[in-house]
Amino acid sequence: MATTVLAPGATRIYQRSALYEWLTTTDHKKIGILYLTNSFLFFLLAGLLALVIRSELAVPGLQFVNSSTYNQLFTMHGTTMIFLVLMPFLAGLGNYAVPLQIGAADMAFPRINALSFWMLPLGGILMFSGFFFGGAAAEGWTSYSPLAQAKYSGSGTDLWIVALLLIGTSSILGSINFLATIFKLRAPGMTLLRMPIFVWTVMVTSLLILLATPVFTSGVFMLYIDRNFGGAFFDPASGGNPILWQNLFWFFGHPEVYILILPAMGVISEVVPVFSRKPIFGYKAFIFATLLIGGLGFSVWAHHMFTTGAVYLPFFSLMTSLIGVPTGIKFFNWIATMWRGKITFATPMLFALGFLTTFLVGGLDGAILASPPVDYALHDTYWIVAHIHFVFFGGTMFGVFAAAYYWFPKMFGARLDEGLGKVHFVLMLIGTWLTFFPMHLLGLEGMPRRIADYSPAAGWTDLNTIATIGSFVIAISVLPFMWNVFVTLRGPRDAGDDPWDAYTLEWATTSPPPPYNFDHLPPIRSERPLFDLKYGHGARRALPAASLATADEGAH
Amino acid sequence: MAAQVQALPAPAHGEQRGIDTALVGMLLFIASEIMFFAGLFGAYFNIRAEHTVWPPQGFELDLGLAAVLTVILVSSSFTMQYAVSRIRKGDRTGMVRAMTVTVILGVVFLLGQAYDYATLGFGISSGVYGTLFFTMTGFHGAHVLGGVIGMSIVLLRGLSGQFSARHHTAVEAVSLYWHFVDVVWIGLFSTLYLLR
Repeated sequence: MATTVLAPGATRIYQRSALYEWLTTTDHKKIGILYLTNSFLFFLLAGLLALVIRSELAVPGLQFVNSSTYNQLFTMHGTTMIFLVLMPFLAGLGNYAVPLQIGAADMAFPRINALSFWMLPLGGILMFSGFFFGGAAAEGWTSYSPLAQAKYSGSGTDLWIVALLLIGTSSILGSINFLATIFKLRAPGMTLLRMPIFVWTVMVTSLLILLATPVFTSGVFMLYIDRNFGGAFFDPASGGNPILWQNLFWFFGHPEVYILILPAMGVISEVVPVFSRKPIFGYKAFIFATLLIGGLGFSVWAHHMFTTGAVYLPFFSLMTSLIGVPTGIKFFNWIATMWRGKITFATPMLFALGFLTTFLVGGLDGAILASPPVDYALHDTYWIVAHIHFVFFGGTMFGVFAAAYYWFPKMFGARLDEGLGKVHFVLMLIGTWLTFFPMHLLGLEGMPRRIADYSPAAGWTDLNTIATIGSFVIAISVLPFMWNVFVTLRGPRDAGDDPWDAYTLEWATTSPPPPYNFDHLPPIRSERPLFDLKYGHGARRALPAASLATADEGAH
Repeated sequence: MAAQVQALPAPAHGEQRGIDTALVGMLLFIASEIMFFAGLFGAYFNIRAEHTVWPPQGFELDLGLAAVLTVILVSSSFTMQYAVSRIRKGDRTGMVRAMTVTVILGVVFLLGQAYDYATLGFGISSGVYGTLFFTMTGFHGAHVLGGVIGMSIVLLRGLSGQFSARHHTAVEAVSLYWHFVDVVWIGLFSTLYLLR
């Protein structure tokens, strides 16, 4: 195996405190881990907000918070989950994995990389500080005018705006970094069509961030000008147009949902082949589908605005239906990859399978809404809440956890415990379905979203209680994961370089890799260079795991 | 199995093939900036389409001053490109001179814009046209200021002898940015002053 032998003392040139090291690092691996840690902390915070929301909704009546606080809770929960949890989780995974997977020493701009990261905790703290300055933002994460105007909302919204400017800039700089890295720092032989699918998805996501986020930034600036300098962008009384905000927001907001799902799909496309002992089925078709999603992603934003009456329904309905096709192609890829493979149900694979089932439902929920009459009926109901959570929690978060279990041995040199991992998976899957599936039915029954209370006569109580129980199951499911990480980090670091018998370059170096990543690289002749090295270029299937163990021992 | 590893050296960081990585970064940054201004222009045309009278009554612009400023900014793109061509030939003195002229032209543009702001008969809060005008030209002005700062840094680095015919990525990068700022102004001038 490609064992990278380190010269003594090569890992550290001179001694500095570990804290100083982490605060000032420009190493993409450390920054990646910082991203993941920061995202996890905000995940816990946003999860706590969600638990308060669900507790309030468990039964009719206002038990815990008043409506005003409730508005702040769901606004901060949504904004935090999207901008401070899901996006940075994926950026962190990309930061860690992309340079390793393409055989580079680091990102193209390491110091800008550190800047991108440090804007996130700063933005997060600013946004949450709203709770101490007369209440946090309370207009929902979409922040529509006139509700978001100074007349109706306090300084929490200004802090929300400033935070999103910072976080948006962080994403844009991050995407520039990813694209420059992928364009310029690929190892010799790593052509575009030999890049791991995860790298492809990060690349397309970065293009989406690069082209969509600045439009959001401009919109957020306009909102700030309206609120603080007497501007009139979204004020019809002075000649402005509130629908303009919706156009600007969703021109970003819809590509954003692909920004949030594509790298998770990339993770699944790394995990499924490795644990099925087969190459990904239809590599090029998968890439084509990813590019197609990226392109079509810019032509569907107004399906969020069907009920405004201000958009051309046939066009956006057609494009929205079309964008389901490439996702269907991907499902075909994943299922065909598993077909007649030697599947092992390790925790990363379990989370990948969880992704496939839950995300499928979430995707179909959305495809139904492409039809304007259906959308008119379901707009702003709990159906939408069910859809977004099936896609983002059942999809992206499952992908993130699949990646966490998959890459943890690379990051820290130790494998997470499989038993605790399976407990985590089962609880999280049950919790997800228990929480979010009833929301479909609530939506069909007409329960509007963003309400703090409902009438006992509405008949929504049972389903809401079930959803609340489910949300606590999700919360409990995170505990075995945290315990797992804690115990594993205190245990021996004996995972070895390549514990999964994987295919891609990150497994060709030590676990954890040295600061410069590689001493030497295997020759790259396909999208699976490490597989070629172990089994010979052109081999279709890996050896069964048993014979592999002996082969592995021979290598060391 | 270790024997099978062909000792392919890991690429050293910063190894260059084709276009410089820093320039790729600048081009990508400019792509994001184009989308930022696309948002502002989109807002302008969206709001303009809703009005039958445009610009609304009582909003008079100083076309003459703007035309002079346009000439100044467009000229500065030429002096900038001259600076780039000088350093490509290794002529550091020529680069420094041309860059100095470019910085001065940029500053004159900013002063002209400040004068324009001070003398216009409306403000950012006097209706949607004022909001649009000051937001669009204001963000452009901020970009000009950013360019002037960037050029000044390049100028100081040039004075201390950091650039040569082979190593002058920063000059190329700041020139790309400056041309972009110039093109945005041409778009703004056409939209706000000529198309009306």
